[in-house]
Amino acid sequence: MIPAPFDYKRAGSAAEAISIVSQYGDDAKFLAGGHSLLPLMKLRLAQPAVLVDIARVNDLSYIRDAGDHIAIGALTRHTELEHSSLLQQHVPLLSHAASHVGDPQVRHRGTLGGSIAHADPASDLPATTLALGATYVAQGPNGTREIAATDFYKGFLESALAADEMLTEVRVPKMDGAGWSFQKFNRRAQDWAIVGVAAWRKGSNAGVALVNMGSTPVLATSVNNAISQGSSVEDAARLASNEAEPQDDMNASADYRRHLASVLVRRALEQSSC
Amino acid sequence: MKLSIKVNGVSRDGDVEPRTLLVQYIREHLGLTGTNIGCDTSSCGACTVHMNGESVKSCTMLAVQADGCEVLTIEGLAKGDEMHPMQKAFMENHGLQCGYCTPGMVMAAIGLLKENPSPTEEDVRIGLEGNLCRCTGYHNIVKSVLAAAKS
Repeated sequence: MIPAPFDYKRAGSAAEAISIVSQYGDDAKFLAGGHSLLPLMKLRLAQPAVLVDIARVNDLSYIRDAGDHIAIGALTRHTELEHSSLLQQHVPLLSHAASHVGDPQVRHRGTLGGSIAHADPASDLPATTLALGATYVAQGPNGTREIAATDFYKGFLESALAADEMLTEVRVPKMDGAGWSFQKFNRRAQDWAIVGVAAWRKGSNAGVALVNMGSTPVLATSVNNAISQGSSVEDAARLASNEAEPQDDMNASADYRRHLASVLVRRALEQSSC
Repeated sequence: MKLSIKVNGVSRDGDVEPRTLLVQYIREHLGLTGTNIGCDTSSCGACTVHMNGESVKSCTMLAVQADGCEVLTIEGLAKGDEMHPMQKAFMENHGLQCGYCTPGMVMAAIGLLKENPSPTEEDVRIGLEGNLCRCTGYHNIVKSVLAAAKS
């Protein structure tokens, strides 16, 4: 399967990439690792007229200690998240979740920023950064702005990014020793999650988000509130099934997904309690 | 678009449409047909090659993304008549049946040992999760990789 024809431009900096994309508007797409975009283009579900390759913008690949949070460049690949000792120390949930994305070959190419900007509800890292209360940084022709993860996901594969805005950094609060768990339920190695759960707990606070339970990654607000109000894990987990509106698909019915969400949230909260 | 990729140690210049996939470039433009196309959807790993020393799925990359990079394919492993230790281990341990997944499996396995030179059996099974064998011959594939790690 070969994508439809397109023009290919290679950018040396974020500013150059944004300026190229600004000329073409909706017809242009940023290309990072390409592991979300190229499969869609091969199936002709996406047919951008112009691809702006940003993979060589090297100054957007980093993992830095920024005091109360870890700052991660958008072009940091999954394999780097997986093996970063800084991330393992301060945000182990994200490092662990990254090690479950696809397979080693996919993790050698796919990037954190690409996964988030693609805004696929079935992807592991959008929900994980949502659970962690991350902030995303977007750069456009008129400068940069911060977007809270909670305000970012607008619909299926739709984000708050404007056509000429590029995601440049992901800021993830340090977990400060919080318990955590990542549950990914699938039937075959390397598959997408049928349902996934990213969770952390510290004292009476909890952050739980769900993978593949609706048209966007879902923050399980009712579960998080229940935990902070002293609910039992069982009672809080039960709320997860009503937290979203999952779809039927070839892998699972919506009812099965709701059931899985409660079971996996219970497991995740139990595992995060230690 | 013009590109230059060092393939198996030799610089190769080409001129391709931007939509040309890396696997298509390797097979059809360079005539290196050892790399197979299986699922064509980045699931099966038959098209695995190394780019700058890391395993990647060449069906989900554009050739232009590899411009200026070093690519290693199954043809680049042997030194003359002497097989790469991983190829040898696959031969000695019957790590292949129909052979379709083998080039990708061997490239993924070499990548795995680069990152983890002394894997357990479980490490090998998890490390090869991106490669499917349609004969389901996983047992001897894992055995081959463990044997190669020891050698």
